[in-house]
Amino acid sequence: MTTPGSTTTPSTAGPAGPATLTDRARAGFASARPPRLATLLSLAVLGFVAVAALAPGLLAPGDPTAIRLDQALQSPSATHLLGTDQSGRDLYTRVVHGARESLTIGLGATALAMALAVTLGVASGLGGRVTDRVIGGALEVAFAFPVMLLALLLVAVRGPSSATLVIAVGIGSAPGYARMVRGQVLAVRREPYVEAAAALGHPRHRVVLQHVLPNAVRPLLAIATLGVGQSIVWASGLAFLGMGVAPPSPEWGALLEAGRMYVTTAWWLEVVPGLAIVAVAVALTTLGRTLQQRLEGAPS
Amino acid sequence: MSAPTTLPTERPDQASPGGGTGEAPRGPEPSGTPRRTSPRAVLTRLVSRVLGAALVLLGAATVVFAVQTLLPGDRATLLLNLQTGEAIERTPEELAPINARFGFDDPVLVQYGSYVGGLLRGDLGTSFQQHEPVTQVIGGQILPTVQLALGALVLAWVLSLITVLATAGRRRWIAGLGSGLEAVAASLPHYWLGVILLVVLAVQAGWFPVMGGTDLAATVLPVLTLAIPLAGFLGQATRDELDRVLEQPFVLSARTRGMGDAAVRVRHALRHAVVPAVTLSGWALGSLLSGAVIAESVFSRPGLGQVLVTAVDSRDLPVVGGVVIFVALVYVVANLLVDLAYTVIDPRRRP
Repeated sequence: MTTPGSTTTPSTAGPAGPATLTDRARAGFASARPPRLATLLSLAVLGFVAVAALAPGLLAPGDPTAIRLDQALQSPSATHLLGTDQSGRDLYTRVVHGARESLTIGLGATALAMALAVTLGVASGLGGRVTDRVIGGALEVAFAFPVMLLALLLVAVRGPSSATLVIAVGIGSAPGYARMVRGQVLAVRREPYVEAAAALGHPRHRVVLQHVLPNAVRPLLAIATLGVGQSIVWASGLAFLGMGVAPPSPEWGALLEAGRMYVTTAWWLEVVPGLAIVAVAVALTTLGRTLQQRLEGAPS
Repeated sequence: MSAPTTLPTERPDQASPGGGTGEAPRGPEPSGTPRRTSPRAVLTRLVSRVLGAALVLLGAATVVFAVQTLLPGDRATLLLNLQTGEAIERTPEELAPINARFGFDDPVLVQYGSYVGGLLRGDLGTSFQQHEPVTQVIGGQILPTVQLALGALVLAWVLSLITVLATAGRRRWIAGLGSGLEAVAASLPHYWLGVILLVVLAVQAGWFPVMGGTDLAATVLPVLTLAIPLAGFLGQATRDELDRVLEQPFVLSARTRGMGDAAVRVRHALRHAVVPAVTLSGWALGSLLSGAVIAESVFSRPGLGQVLVTAVDSRDLPVVGGVVIFVALVYVVANLLVDLAYTVIDPRRRP
C-alpha cells in the first residue's frame, strides 16, 4: 500500500461490483490529472534508470564491489557523490548497478501477476456461473492475506532469494488485477461490436480472441505500469526485513537492509536507495496514469 | 463480503439510485411485496454474511496449511535442527519420535482435519522454537501492535479529513496542493518514511527516543510512519467523492437556504463522501498490521511484527502460519464490521 498505484488495491477491496475500469479511472483520476511536466520528469527518471539497468558502466564506471576500507562511511562529497558504505564502496556506483536487479524483480513480479490475473479474470468472466463463483471465492480468500504476509509465509518455506520475492509479490498482487480483468471482460462482452460480431456468425473463440480479449486487456497496460512500481516497493520492503537478495548485492532492497545498522550514523545509506525506489515508483505511477488517460481517450 | 448489497428498504424509491453496486436486491421476499423488511430478512442477511466470512477464513486456513505441508522441506528435520541450533541431516531414528508426536507422517487429510479442528478450538499449534503454544507467543506480543495499528488508523482518518475538508472543491491551486500532498503521502514506502522520521526527529532533533519501547514517546513515530501513507489513500478516496457530492442538487439547495460553507461540507457532503474511505478501512486494518511489521522493525519496537520476522528467519512455520491466520481473521472481521457500518452511515442501506 505504498504508491498511488495501489489505488487499484483499495478499489478491489471495496465494493467491487461489475464496475468497469473505465468507470473507476474516471472516478479516480478526474480530479488529479498530472500535468505534462510531471510526465516529462517521469520519463527522464525512467530513462536514467533504464540506462543504469542496461549499461551501468556508462553512468558509473567504477566497480560497485570495490572495497576501500580507508574510505568507509564517508558522507556525500565531491569524490563520493552519495557517500560510501561501511566497506568504503561508493554508494552512487552501487545504486546505479543495483537498478538492473531491482527492475527485474519488479517486472518479473508484475508479469507473473498479470499472467495469473488474465487467466483467472477471463475464465471468471467468460466461464459459466460455477467457474465464476469458484474463482470469486478463491479471490476473496486471497484478499484476506496482505501481500507482505503472504510473501513472508513463502519466504519462511522457501528461504529468501530474488526468485521468492518475484513469486511472492506476483501471487500477492494478482487477485486485485484478476478482479479488474473480470469486470472488464463482463463489460466488453456487452459492447455492441461484440454482439455484432456474434450476430455476423463469427465462431465464439474468434469473437473472444479478436474482440473481447484485446479490449479487455488493453487497460491493463496502464495498470501494469503502476504495478511495476508497486512491486518494486513491496519487494524492497521484504528485502529491508532481510527476506530478499543477500547483502553484498547492490540490489536496492539489499542496500536498504545493509544500511539499517548504520542508520543513526550514516543516514545516506538508507535515504539514497530509498529515494531511488520512491523516484522510480512515483515516475511509473505518473506515467501509468497518463497512459490510462490516453487509452481511455482512444477509441477501441 | 465486499459488495454491500442493496436490500429492500422502507423507501424503495430512494433505494435504487444510490445502491449502485449493480447487484439485484436480495432477500426472502420477492420484490414489490411488503414495504417493510421483516426481522427474518435482517437475520438472513446477517447469517449469510457471517457464513461467508467463515468460509473465507476456512479458505485462508487451508492455504496456510497447504503451504506448510505440501512444500518441500522435512518438518521434523527442521524442528530438530531448530531446537538444537544445528543444520544437519537427521537419521530416521531421530526423526521417528518427532513425527509420531506431531503427526507429520499421517495422511495429509488426517493432518488437515486435526489442524482445522485445532483452529476451531483456538489452537494454532506449537512453536517449533519456543515450545509454547502459538496462541501464547502471539498473545504475549499482540498489545503493542494493536495499539500501533489502531492509533495509525485513527490518526490517518483525522489527517485525511482535515486535508480534504480544507482543500477539496476550493480554488484550483489549493485543491491541487491537497491532492498533490495526498499523492506524495500515499507513495511513501513505510520503511523509507520510518527511516527519515527516525533520522530527522529522533537522531538529529532528539525529540523522540531512537531505540523503541512501547511507551507513548516511542509510539509517536511508528504511528506516524503508518498513518501518513494511509492518510494519503483515504484522502484520495474521500476527495474524489466529496468533489462529486459538492455538485449534487441537495448541496446547492442547502446553500440556497443560506447554510454556511463549512456547515454544508460537514453536515451534508461529508456523510456521503466518507463512504469509499470507510470501505477502505477494513482493508486498511489488514494492511496496517503488515505495515506494522516494517514499522516495528525500523523502530526496534516489540510486537507481532518482530515475532513474525524472527519466526520467518528461523523458519518457525507454526508461528508464521499463526500470525498470518490471525491477520486474515482481523481482515475478515473488520470487513464484516465495515459492511455493517454502511447501514449506520447510509440510511438507504438500512434493512
